[in-house]
Formats: sequence, structure tokens, C-alpha cells
Amino acid sequence: MVERRPFLTVLTHLTLILGVAFVALPVWIAFVASTHGAHDFISGLMPLWPGDQMVKNYWQVLSQGESTAGAPPIGLMLFNSSVMALGIAVGKIAVSLLSAFAIVYFRFPFRIAAFWVIFLTLMLPVEVRILPTFEVAASLGLLNSYSGLILPLIASATATFLFRQVFLTIPEELAEASRIDGAGPMKFFRDILIPLSRTNIAALFVILFIYGWNQYLWPLLVTTDASHYTAVMGIQRMVAVPDSEPLWHLIMATAILAMLPPVLVILVMQRLFVRGLIEQEK
Amino acid sequence: MQDKRVSFKGLWLPAALLAPQLAITAVFFLWPASQAIYQSVLRQDAFGLSVKFVGLENFADLIVDPSYLNSVKVTLVFSAATTVLAMGLALLFAVAADRVLRGATVYKTLVIWPYAVAPVLAGVLWWLMFNPTIGVLAYALSYLGMDWNHLLSGSHAMTLIVVAAAWKQISYNFVFFIAGLQSIPRSMLEAGAIDGAGPVKRFFTITLPLLSPTTFFLIVVNLVYAFFDTFGIVHATTTGGPGQATNILVYKVYSDGFIGLNLGSSAAQSVILMVFVMVLTVIQFRYIERRVHY
Amino acid sequence: MASVTLSDVGKIYPGGVEAVKSIDLEIADGSLCVLVGPSGCGKSTLLRMVAGLETVTGGTVSIDGAPVNDREPAERDIAMVFQNYALYPHMSVYDNMAYGLRNRGTAKPEIDRKVREAARLLAIEPMLQRKPRQLSGGQRQRVAMGRAIVRDPKVFLFDEPLSNLDAKLRVQMRIELKRLQQRLGTTSIYVTHDQLEAMTLADLLVVMNGGEIEQIGTAMEVYERPQTTFVASFIGSPPMNLVPAAVADGVLRLTDSAAQVTLPADRRGLSGAVIVGVRPEDLRIDGGSETGGAETLAFPVTVTGVEPIGAESLLHSQTESGADVTVRLPGYAVHAAGAAMTLAAPAGKLHLFSADTGRRL
Repeated sequence: MVERRPFLTVLTHLTLILGVAFVALPVWIAFVASTHGAHDFISGLMPLWPGDQMVKNYWQVLSQGESTAGAPPIGLMLFNSSVMALGIAVGKIAVSLLSAFAIVYFRFPFRIAAFWVIFLTLMLPVEVRILPTFEVAASLGLLNSYSGLILPLIASATATFLFRQVFLTIPEELAEASRIDGAGPMKFFRDILIPLSRTNIAALFVILFIYGWNQYLWPLLVTTDASHYTAVMGIQRMVAVPDSEPLWHLIMATAILAMLPPVLVILVMQRLFVRGLIEQEK
Repeated sequence: MQDKRVSFKGLWLPAALLAPQLAITAVFFLWPASQAIYQSVLRQDAFGLSVKFVGLENFADLIVDPSYLNSVKVTLVFSAATTVLAMGLALLFAVAADRVLRGATVYKTLVIWPYAVAPVLAGVLWWLMFNPTIGVLAYALSYLGMDWNHLLSGSHAMTLIVVAAAWKQISYNFVFFIAGLQSIPRSMLEAGAIDGAGPVKRFFTITLPLLSPTTFFLIVVNLVYAFFDTFGIVHATTTGGPGQATNILVYKVYSDGFIGLNLGSSAAQSVILMVFVMVLTVIQFRYIERRVHY
Repeated sequence: MASVTLSDVGKIYPGGVEAVKSIDLEIADGSLCVLVGPSGCGKSTLLRMVAGLETVTGGTVSIDGAPVNDREPAERDIAMVFQNYALYPHMSVYDNMAYGLRNRGTAKPEIDRKVREAARLLAIEPMLQRKPRQLSGGQRQRVAMGRAIVRDPKVFLFDEPLSNLDAKLRVQMRIELKRLQQRLGTTSIYVTHDQLEAMTLADLLVVMNGGEIEQIGTAMEVYERPQTTFVASFIGSPPMNLVPAAVADGVLRLTDSAAQVTLPADRRGLSGAVIVGVRPEDLRIDGGSETGGAETLAFPVTVTGVEPIGAESLLHSQTESGADVTVRLPGYAVHAAGAAMTLAAPAGKLHLFSADTGRRL
């Protein structure tokens, strides 16, 4: 379309630049804070340009953590976060693929009932039922364990519905052709359905990895022992130190490290991420 | 429910395939949810020694409890402000990014990455920005003659969590608005241009109405986000204060249950939230169904 | 090699819809049987029952004399070509063709030999390593055929395999398919809604309507002696003209018209309301001298339009009773809409059908 409105074009770019600045500013400030020593935060305006303590600060949180707050080295917390995020992503995808396959490709009694039971979980985010869920996890001995961090979060209707949707769009004739070709249900699942869903699986994996990494309330409850802290929840332990000024440089170094893996995932796999996000709407 | 024409036979195989999901659902969803309902009609004495059935008394108490009503009000203000701010800015950026010819991809990348930042980290970042002693924004505001202190002022604290919550959610809304804008047929805007509508008029008379399904979907998602996913922001920054000014419902469930150990009341609050989520989900589901019928 | 026998085969869907009603059909070893009919006539359902993709709710489907009602599709030794080809999109052409053989545990060198042989036969050898999406429509069609023939099955089943191709390619593939089938000599059942495709391919043509068989025969038998008005109007393009009439004392008179003709001696016994059918190519424009008589039926019409289609023209007109009549005229004919003229057809070329049952008299 021929439309020459230079003013509007300038305005458009200006809006976007302001938007990018608004989005980036807090992280820039956090990064700056993570490169200074503790004495730079005592009073007045904090520094706005990176200092020279970056290596020292990051080395400290990676190796020792913030001992006064009882937080373990962030290296360990990052590892715990990775285990949790990968466990949730892989577990959720596996569980959901299987159940979606059963719901779409089989006729059996109680199929509709099973569908509705799963649908119910769509309505119940973990936050609204934390206390009883915590009690269940405690009575099953899941506190301070990776299974306790992962299991309660891997059943969710969203992933099941997503795969159901994907399977429904796979042409019927493919299933028929594979039947004529002598493939049983599991062979069809493995040889046809999984390969055909792999982009959806990858897209969902990106979303679920971020979801798992960013879990906060649940790890806060089920981990009482520092050895199972995750990076995202560990930061709260550093912030909530009573009666003393926060150690900004260490907190922010930790925050930067805690947000780095999921941010990298998004930047590297932007296309998959956008696709995964949009698919959840359907 | 849509069905496949072809299907496999058998009972044990589908049962085995469903077993993991159903088991986890039963143990970690249905059982706790029913526990919440069960506990919501019970009351424990102060020492946790005896439990008695009180019917709907916990609910009745909540409705007249000023701190609960305050929490409802705070949540409504918080979620409405967050939704409007996050969606408004996202729409503005999306429309701009959809317009530019050069650098659109770069802009998009630079706007979407905060999706990966956990709400609690967003809270901590803005907590630093607004810190009354050293924060950049607090400093800037003092130049404008405003004495910023979210530790003392309820409205300042509310602003802090709204900005932090909206900041994180912009990227999500942005992705959907971009997708929505791209799905609007170019020919419709061209027809509008031929009919003599300028860019601004086209936006309000063509683009915005055609975006309404996306907008509606996002309103629901943003409300759910503001209600539940923002727990970390509050927990890490204001802890509900000062003076309950930021004590949103999901935070209150947690603090009444885990800190106040008022199990009956906390369970009743959980049940109310569950009902609320169900209503939202049903609304959203109806909307999705309607879309499918197009 | 095998024959296929359907006896009293019926299909009632769970909802109570009777898609196929009591079909009896014998398809000889090595022949190509075409099921043709409008959409919803039950032809695909019938094919899918032979394939084992639909359960048979009545009667027996036998392949090579053995009932196969309860056998899985894979156990029936059949192969099927789907309308949308149903190629596995993530597998190469080679793997698409090899998949069925692998599932049967065929030895690797044997698979390789069969796939390459089929590829050579279909001239798709250079494409064996490509994915289906990198192929043209015609090439995909060949791969689908290849997947069927590598298995060397007893029966080929074709479900509208050419309808996703453009018109030109469809004609070409039709000829190839017929040649291939004759060369392999495999018993085949072919479903289509295209009567031209049906006529050109069929050894045995089965016209279906409303879940029932209207007529079975060779293509020319069906064309020359349609057994019902449905077949008469379905087979042939443009279709046979059907005009209401009555017979009395060996004389046929068109409804609402003075036009009449004396029927040939063997049909003089008829009487009552009939439908008279005449193929467009059996009609000619009458100079105006004849007004009917012993040998020719001549009747007045009003021209509604002319469609020139190259070698011939189609003249559309309406009789006095309002029936549409199409005439096939050689070359480029010019007639103004609204013009009145008389059409004539020899008495021997008239088809008579009962006005009540639609059956041939």
C-alpha cells in the first residue's frame, strides 16, 4: 500500500524504541548493580554504569552463595532448577502424549469421563489449592526431593488438549494407511504420530521449560532444605533477610543468573516459542 | 466432542496410556481439591487439638471479614490495573511493530524476552528500581517532588506490584496481538484506505474490531495471571503490606494457611478461588468453542 | 490373484443410517471393477468394508473364497490408494513404500528389490529419497500407487485416487493406471464419482445410488441399455434427455404435445405413462418437413442457449411440457435463444422407462 506519512513512521519507531527501553531498563539496572561492590549501595542514587566487581560478585554467588541468608551457591540452585524444568517439560509432554493418544484414537467405556477428569485440572492452578496439595506431598514423603518438585506439576490439561488438537488434525487416512500397512496402535504412535507432532512437541517443550524454571510458590513450599532450592525461589531467601540492608550486588547477580537460561531459550528458539505460545490458545 | 472415524480396539491399552495422567490428576488435583472443600466446612481450635464441623460458617465469616473484603478489593484493583496496563502497552507496541518495515524482527525479539523472567524476579527488579534509598525511579520521582516510599504508602506499593506484574506480561500479550494483527487480511485495510480512512481511523474502525477475539482471550488470560501467577511478586517485595494494601487473594490464602495456620478459612478462600477460576475457564472455553465453529 | 465376492453385504451405522443395503457382487480374478455413483451413494463405504476399515454389519465379504469380515485390514492382503494419497509426510518415498513390508518382517534385500522394481515401473526412481512434500501431485499419486504395488497384494482398492489431480494429469494417470492394472493383472476395485473415469477404466461397471446397486455391466452395456432413469441420467455427458410421455395402442405421445411416434414391433405391448429417454447425440434438428410418423419422433422445442465446445456444440432447449432437452450438434452451431425448432429422433434410439418405478421397459 502506498502511504507516505513520514511523521507516523518516526512515531512508530519512537514508540518501539521506548517500548524496548521500558522492557530492558530494569534488567540493565540489575546488571549494573551486579557489577558493583556492596559499598556503592549505601545511600543516594545507585550507579547507572557497570562497575569493576562483576567477576568477583558472580564468582561469589556461583561458588559460595550468600552465606548470611543461608542460600546455597547458585551453581547448585541452577542445577536444581534445570532438573525441575527438564523434569516438568519431559514429564508433561510424555504423560500428555499418551493420554491424548488414548482419548483420540481409542473407543472405550468412560472415555468421556476421563476427558472431563482431565478437563477439571485445567481449572485448578496449583496456587488455589496449595495447602492440601502440600499436605498430600508431605504425606507421600515428597518434601525436599526432585519428585516432589516435579510430579505435582506434570499433570495438566493444557498439554493434553494441545496434543488432542494436533492429533485431530492429522488426516484419518494416515491411520488407515498404517493399519493396512500392518502397524498396530503403538507402532502407529511411534512411527507416525510422534514424528508428525515433533514441531508441536518442541514448541511445547520451550514453553514448559520456562514454566518449570519459573515455578516459585511450589518449590518454596516443598523445599525446606537448602540442597533442593531452585534459583528462582532461592532469590527470595536472599531478599528476605530481616534487619539488614539487602546485599544488592549479590541479589542482582543471582537474579541475572536465574533469568539467563530461560531468556536464552527464548532468544535462541524464538520461532518455536511463539508457535508454542499461540498453540495453547487453541 | 470431535471424533476420529478410525479407532483402535481394546480396553487395557488405553487404560494404561491414561493411567499416568489420571493417577497424577487424582493424587495432586482431585484429592487436594476435595480436601480443600472438606476443610472449608471444618474449624480447628487455636491449638489444633479439636476439629468440628461448622457448615458454611467459614464462608459466612469471610463475607463479613473486613480484611477479606479488603483483599477482594485490592485484588480487583490490582488485576484490573495490571490487565489494562499490560494489554494497553502490548497493543501499542504490537501495532507499531506491525507497521514498521525495517527492523520488525529485531523489535519483536527485544520485546518478547521478558516472558522468560519469573514473576518473582520481575518483582525483585522493580523493587530495586523503586527502592526509596537507592532506586533509580524513586530518585527520579523525588526530582518531580514526589516522596516515593512503597514501604509506607499503600498506593505506592500497589503501583510497584502493578508495574512489575504488567512489565512481565507485556511480552505475552504482544505475541498474541502481533499474531492477531497478522491474521487480519491486508485487503480489508486496503479497502478501508480506498474508502478514504486514514491510518488512525482504520485502526479504530477495522483493526480493533477484528482484534476483539484476541482481546477477549487476553483479558481472561491476564486476569488469571494477575490473580494467581503474581504470588511471587507480592511475596518477594511487599509481602502484602503496607497495612494489607497489597494483600491479594492468592497471597492471603497462603499467609492465612501457612503463617496464620487458620486452615478452615484458608480452605474456604481456596474454594472461592476455585469457583472463580472455573467460571473464567468456562467463559474461555465457550469462547474457544465459538471460534472453532467459524 | 483373487476374486472378491460380496454377498448380501450391508452397513448400518451406529446412528441408524443405512449406508449400504444388501449388495451382491462378484468380481472376477484380475478384473477392474469400478463403483460409480453420486456422493453419499455408499460406494466408498462398500470399498472400506472390503478394506476392513469399516465393520460389516450384514452379509459376507470374501476374498479368494474366504470370508474376511473379522480380519484386520493388514490380514486381508489388500492395498489401498487414498484420495489424498495418505503418504506419511515425514518419511522418504522409499520409506513410504517400504513401511508395510517392514511391518510384515520382510527381509531387507527383498524390500529393497521390491521397492526399486515398483519405482522403476512407475518411473519414480530418481525421487526415492525425497519427502512427499517435495513432489508434484502426479508424483505423489505414483508413490501412492507404488506403496500399493510393492506389497503385491491380492486386491487393489482405489478410493477416488485421481480426483485431486488437475484435469489434464487426471486423463494421463487414468491411462497409466489402466495399463498398470492390466500388466499386473491384480483384481481391483475402484471408486469414483466421475462417470467418464468410470467408463474408461471399468471391466465391470457398478452404478450405485442410495446404498443400492442400480446396474452392473460393462461400460458399453450400461451406456447403451441403462436399466433405470438414474443410470440413464448419471452415465453419459451431457446426460440422457428424459421427457414424460404416454403409450397407447403402440403409439408413444409426448405429454402436453401433439408429437407422437409408432413404436417398433417388439414394444407395441406397452401402455400407460412412461418416461422416454434419448441421448443428445441421437437427436437432430428437423428441417420442418416432417411432423412425426412411423419411424421418427419429432417434437417442437424452444432454444434456451447454445454452448460451443470446439468440435461440437451443445444446444439446450425446452419442450412444450417444460422438460429440458440437450442436443449434440457437430461443429459450431448458431441458434438464437428463444428460437423455435423441431427436434427429431429415430424410434429405435428411444429408451423407455416406467414412470412409476423408473425401470427400463
